[in-house]
Amino acid sequence: MEYRIALAQVAPRLGDLDANLEIASRAVRRAADEGAALAVLPELALTGYLLQDLVPEVAIRADDDRLASLSRETPGMLVAIGFVEETDDHRYCNTVAMLRDGELIGLHRKVYLPTYGLFDEGRFTRPGERIRTHDAGAPVGRIGLSVCEDFWHPSLPMIQALDGADLLVNVAAGPSRAPGSDAGLVAIASWHKMQDTYALLGSVPLAFCNRAGDEEGLTFWGGSRVVAADGSTVVEAPLWEEAFVVGTLDTDDVRMQRYGLPLLADERLELTRREIDRIIGERAGLAVGEAPE
Amino acid sequence: MSASLERAPLPAIESAQAVAVIVGFIRSQLEQAGFSRLVLGLSGGVDSAAVAYLCAAAIGAENVLAIRMPYRTSSEASETDALRVVTALGCRTERVEITPMVDPMLALISEPDAPVPSDELNVRRGNVMARQRMIVLYDRSAAFDALVAGTGNKTEALLGYGTLHGDMAAGLAPIGDLYKTQLRAVATHLGVPSEILDKPPSADLWPGQTDEGELGRSYDLLDRTLFALVDRRWTVDRCVSAGLERDLVEWVASRVARMEFKRQQPPVAKLSLRTPGIDHLYPRRRPGSRRER
Repeated sequence: MEYRIALAQVAPRLGDLDANLEIASRAVRRAADEGAALAVLPELALTGYLLQDLVPEVAIRADDDRLASLSRETPGMLVAIGFVEETDDHRYCNTVAMLRDGELIGLHRKVYLPTYGLFDEGRFTRPGERIRTHDAGAPVGRIGLSVCEDFWHPSLPMIQALDGADLLVNVAAGPSRAPGSDAGLVAIASWHKMQDTYALLGSVPLAFCNRAGDEEGLTFWGGSRVVAADGSTVVEAPLWEEAFVVGTLDTDDVRMQRYGLPLLADERLELTRREIDRIIGERAGLAVGEAPE
Repeated sequence: MSASLERAPLPAIESAQAVAVIVGFIRSQLEQAGFSRLVLGLSGGVDSAAVAYLCAAAIGAENVLAIRMPYRTSSEASETDALRVVTALGCRTERVEITPMVDPMLALISEPDAPVPSDELNVRRGNVMARQRMIVLYDRSAAFDALVAGTGNKTEALLGYGTLHGDMAAGLAPIGDLYKTQLRAVATHLGVPSEILDKPPSADLWPGQTDEGELGRSYDLLDRTLFALVDRRWTVDRCVSAGLERDLVEWVASRVARMEFKRQQPPVAKLSLRTPGIDHLYPRRRPGSRRER
């Protein structure tokens, strides 16, 4: 069964929730006009990226009606969008929500917060503690959500693929490093390589939505993509500028891909777990065979 | 260039990409700050010429005011070259001679008995001129309702080859992350006149002064060394084994460290619960920070 994914490569305004809700709302309406089953907006699309101490000022609860209402006017269409979430116990998380018909149907809190180089996320936000998939029903099926840096850790997309993901959705606010140089393009190419690889090894299609625009001298590089389960590019947005692209996936392609290349079915999870348990113990300085506390 | 230096290359740049990023940066900074015009000091050298071209490309030459600020010892060629830029771009320009403002101050610090000004006195005189130009630029920026575009490059910033509160003062720094050799490539791409590209770089603070004469090394060697030490995080020994002279590498490394104070805000004695710059951290541009007229 074919379905369409719309990627809204928008440029959010830093710290301006109302303006960004309007930007998001326009993108969602456009996706619906394009007949999309799923509209994806970038990481922190409701807040902008370089927030620092603005975090508590722009944070909203996951059940905030302003979030849910983004999907209320577009019956049946899924919306994935990033925002700063304040949890019940007042943790501030970099979260992506999955919405439909005014309901929150899935949520992922960024697990890996880059705090090195030009990044300082761990200072201002707290990491998520779950890696899950969410059933969105036909046509898309189970969705594995993740946020930007999460994808630099292959365990995360692989866990989601093994958990039955029919589609991986990564939302990003990727600032270019060394823009205007070969090194900058190499960094972007690295992102594309890992997307192709996860799709191929997980036998799962993938939607990646990265933002555009700039904040405080950082320039976000866009380049949003839909990748098919064989690692081929379905659609790709331009670099550096705001864009809106739509790609079509066919669920039959995943069936055939998984029959022809049954990597997921062949995966040896118990062996993997045994070896990971051993490594955890050894890293903690425990003797081989000794159980952790 | 000797063949052995291939292992310590110059930093590369894709000029068209770099121009696109910088033009986007200038537009975004102005829009976010609530301004639509820029002022810059136009010396006749390649850095300020390139910034003038970038500003004109970003916001239109009619919104760019280039101020020529000669001192009585400034070279005639500098004025001629500055006017080449003004003619080529069609930007606004003013000539504000700083001699009558600077001379009374120089009289206070001169050593009349010294036949030839000492190096230290030359530096002090140069600083007075650079700071006087800053005063003119900021005054003109208020009159023209503009932000001041900085003309400092990365090589200068790292080596501290600039005057604090003088030529380093600016509202935004379009070429602040371009090494001098990269800046020359970008300036060539922008179409900066060859007379400006081909002459030896000079602060023109006293007759016969050149950057490379004063720094004692060529920009080619300085940029190779800085790129290795800073961008690639090489040790001094690794730089030497890549073919750079040990004296050069050690001089550059020590100068970068010694000039750290020029690249940072002054340290604040921490007393309160939240201190600007330490734990009161906000992006420059956020809701409410935009100037509204």
